[in-house]
Amino acid sequence: MATIVETPRLTMADLKGKVDPDWCPGCGDFGVLAAVQKALVELQIPNHQIVTVSGIGCSSNFPGFINTYGMHTLHGRSLPVATGVKMANHELTVLVTGGDGDGFGIGGNHFTHTIRKNVDLTYIVMDNQIYGLTTGQTSPTSRLGMKTKSSPYGNIEAPINPITMALAAGATFVARGFSGEQKHLTDLIKQAIQHKGFSFLDVFSPCVTYNKDNTFQWFRPRVKKLEENPDYDSTNWLHAIEKSTMWGEEIPIGKFFERTDLPSLHEAEPVTQGRTMLSYPLHIDSAAAQSFIDELM
Amino acid sequence: MSKTFTIGIGGAAGQGVATPGDIFAKIFSRRGLHLNAYNAYQSIIRGGHTFLMIRTGPGPVANMGDTLELLIPLNQDTMDRHLQLLGPGGACIYNADTVKPGQAAEGVQLCPLPVSTLADISRNKVAQNTLAMGAALSMMGIGFNSLENVITEQFGKKAASVAEENIAVARAGYDYATQNFKPFATPLPMTDNKYAVVSGNSALAMGGAAAGVKFYCAYPMSPSTGVLHWFAANGRKAGIMVRQVEDEIGVVNMTIGAAQAGVRAMCATSGGGFALMSEALGLSAMAEIPIVVIDCQRAGPSTGVPTKTEQGDLWQMLGAAFGDYPRVIAAPVDIGDCFTLIPEIFNIADKFQVPGLVLCDLLLSEGRLSVEPKILDFAPPIDRGEMITSPNGHAEGGYKRYLITESGVSPRAIPGIPGYTHVVSSDEHDEDGVLISDMYTNATKRRAMMEKRMRKETGIAGAVPPPRLQGPEDADVTLIGWGSTQGVIEEARAQLAEQGITANQLQIRWLVPLHGEAILDQLRNAKRTIIVENNYSGQFARYLRSETSFVADGHIRKYDGEPFMPHHIVEAVREQLAGDTQLSVPAHEIMV
Repeated sequence: MATIVETPRLTMADLKGKVDPDWCPGCGDFGVLAAVQKALVELQIPNHQIVTVSGIGCSSNFPGFINTYGMHTLHGRSLPVATGVKMANHELTVLVTGGDGDGFGIGGNHFTHTIRKNVDLTYIVMDNQIYGLTTGQTSPTSRLGMKTKSSPYGNIEAPINPITMALAAGATFVARGFSGEQKHLTDLIKQAIQHKGFSFLDVFSPCVTYNKDNTFQWFRPRVKKLEENPDYDSTNWLHAIEKSTMWGEEIPIGKFFERTDLPSLHEAEPVTQGRTMLSYPLHIDSAAAQSFIDELM
Repeated sequence: MSKTFTIGIGGAAGQGVATPGDIFAKIFSRRGLHLNAYNAYQSIIRGGHTFLMIRTGPGPVANMGDTLELLIPLNQDTMDRHLQLLGPGGACIYNADTVKPGQAAEGVQLCPLPVSTLADISRNKVAQNTLAMGAALSMMGIGFNSLENVITEQFGKKAASVAEENIAVARAGYDYATQNFKPFATPLPMTDNKYAVVSGNSALAMGGAAAGVKFYCAYPMSPSTGVLHWFAANGRKAGIMVRQVEDEIGVVNMTIGAAQAGVRAMCATSGGGFALMSEALGLSAMAEIPIVVIDCQRAGPSTGVPTKTEQGDLWQMLGAAFGDYPRVIAAPVDIGDCFTLIPEIFNIADKFQVPGLVLCDLLLSEGRLSVEPKILDFAPPIDRGEMITSPNGHAEGGYKRYLITESGVSPRAIPGIPGYTHVVSSDEHDEDGVLISDMYTNATKRRAMMEKRMRKETGIAGAVPPPRLQGPEDADVTLIGWGSTQGVIEEARAQLAEQGITANQLQIRWLVPLHGEAILDQLRNAKRTIIVENNYSGQFARYLRSETSFVADGHIRKYDGEPFMPHHIVEAVREQLAGDTQLSVPAHEIMV
C-alpha cells in the first residue's frame, strides 16, 4: 500500500523570523514583509526551498525577519550573491530584498547586469527615496530639491527612474507596488515570483523618520493601478516606457511590463539542462579528465 | 644541472611568435624532453616587441636559464636587441630579405634564409616563421617527420591544404639548412619519457576542476585571464558553470553565493581585481562561506605593468579586508604546483569554512612547463568538512549555524534542507545567525563569536605543513624564497656549488599560516641568510620579521617586471659574500 506523505501546509506563522523587525513603527517595510509572507503562503512554496538575499540597509535586514534560508550580505552586493545561489542550485526560489541606496547607488552596476543576464530571481526594492540606516542622506531616488542631512540646502542632482532603467536594461518583468496597497502588492509579488526570469519590483515603502516629503499620505492619492486601466497592455514595451515616465499628480503602480519568450540564465546555460550544479559528482568524468591531459601531450 | 638548449623567438605582436613556440614545445615534449617557456610581451595587440624563450633538456628545466643557443628574430628590432645574447656555438636564423645581421660575437653562426626564393610570401604571410622552424630543427638534428606531424595537427584544423602548404614551406627551410648551415655541435637528445606541457593558468583551472569546482567566474584581467579561458573552453565538458561577470566585486560575491548554495566555487584575478574583491573576503570569513580566490600578480601599483611579473601583492593579501579574520594564503612554487595546490587549499578552506587565497604570479601563470602527466591527478582526495546535506535526524528548529565549538568550526547546512533554515550574515551575529550589531549589540556575544572564528587558526596551522630546508645542512649560504622563485633559486644553488659555494634553500609555499617557530628552527644554524624576492620593498622579508623578529643578512630583489635568471642570484650571492652589499638588485639584460 502506498503511503502518501503530506507536506504540511505553509502558514504565516511558519514564515515568522527568529526576531521581530527592528524597523521604526509605521515604516513601509512592514507592509512589504507582510505582503511577501502572504504571497509565499498563497503560492505554497516550502520555506526551506526559498533563499532570501539582501545587502545592507534598513530594508536589507529583511532576511532576519522571515523564516527562509537567508543571506545578509554586503552593501550593494545582494544581486551577484543571489545570482551565485541560483546558478549553483536553480531549484531554489531566490528573493532579493533591499533598498534604493543599496540597489541603485552602491549596487547600481549589478542592477543593470543582473537584468541583462535574466537571472530567474525576484528583486524587491523597498524604495523610500532616502538613506535611513545612516540617518537620512540623499539617495539615488531622492527628488530634486529634497533637503536631507547630506543636502541641507536641497538636492541638486536629479533622481533616477528605476522603472525606466529596468525596462531599458531589458528586464523581462517590471512592476511597481506601494506598501500601503497590501492586496495589490501581494498579487504583484506572486506574479514576480512565478515569472521565469528576472523580475523587478520597485515598492514605495515610505520612511517615516527621515523622508517627510514622500509619505504614505503623499502617495495615497497619487498612486493609480495600471490594472484598472483596461487599455493598458503590459506586453507592449513602448507603452511601458511611456508609462514609466509619469510622475506627479498621478503615479502609476502595477505591472508595467512582462515578456515570457526569453530563457532565464540557467535555462540558457548548457550545464544546467535537467540538473543543478549541486547535483554533479565532485570528481569530474574520468574520460573528460583524460582528454584534458591528452591535449597537453 | 644537465645541459639545456634555449631558443629565443622575437618579433612584433601579431607577427606570429606564438605558433612556432607551440610547435617547438610539442616537438620537445614528444622527444621526452623537459621544457620551460616564458614569453616577455607588452600590453599591445599589434606591434611592440614579443620575445619568447623556450628552454629544453633531458632533465627538469625549472626556469628560463641564462643563455640562448638559437635566436630567431622575425624583425630587425629583435635582431638588434638580442643578437648579443648568443655566445660561441650559438646560431641566428633570420630572413635575409628583411633583416640585416648585426655584429655577432665570436663563434656565432649567422644563418640567413632567402625567404622569397624558398617560399611564395605573397600567399603565405608567416612563411619566414615556418622556414625558420624547419631550418632550426635540421640544425638541432631532429628528423623532419616530427615537425610534419605537429604542423598537420596545428593547421589541419583549418584545412588539409593549409597544413600541406606549411609542411612544404617547412621542408624547404629544413633542406636549405641541411645544405647551407652547420648543425649544432650536439644534436638534441631524446628520451622515452612523456610529458604534458601546461601553462600555469591552465594548471590552476585544471586544479580547480580536479578539486571539484562547479562554479567559476571572472572578469578578464591579465595575467589571470588564461584561467577563465580554460574554464570557458572546457567547462561544458567538465560539468562546470563558467560566468563572465560585470566586475570583480560581482565576481567574488557571486562566488560566495554559489559556495553558500553548496558547490565548490572559485575565481581568479590580478592585483587590481583582488583589491576590488577585498571587502567580500571579509564576508566569506564572517559568514563562514568557504571560497578560493586566486591573485595572479603583475607589476603594480595601479594598472602597473599588466604584462610583467612581480611578487608585489603579498601585503595586499595579508591585509585584504578590514577586521581580524582567519584566512589561508598559499603561493604555488612552480607550474605543476599550480595544479596540485588547488585541491589542497580547497580542502582546508572547506574544513575550516574560511577564504583560501592563492598568490600566483605572471611568471607561473603565463609560463609553460613540462610536467609528469601523473601529477595532473583529477581524482584527488576531497574533504568538504562538516556539511549537512540531508535532514536526517535533526530536531526541527534547533539548528545553530554558528554553534560555538572547540574547533571554531560549526556544521554547515546548505539551503534546501527542511528544518535547517537560518540566516548567514555579514553583520556580527549570534550562534543562530541573528544579528547582534544593531539593537541587540552584546559585548559578551561579540567576544565569543570573534574567539570562535579565530580559534580556527589553530586547526589550520595543524593542517598545513611547515616549510623544509632543501640542500646541504651546513651550507655557506641559505637562500629564502617564496612561491614562483623555487626553480630559479634551485638552479642558482647548483651554479654556486660548481663555483665552490654551497647553498641551501628555504622555499615558502604556505604564507598563512607561516609556522614562524619552525622557520626559526630551520634557520638557527644558517651561516648567512639571503631573502630573494621579485619586489621592491622586500615584502616577504618584512612579513617574516613581523611574525618572527627574524632579520636576514641580505636581500636580492628585482622589480623591473622580468623574472630572475639564475646568474642574477649567483652574482648577487657572490657580491654579498664578498661583503660588498646587503642588498642586490640585479639588472635585466634582455631588453624587452
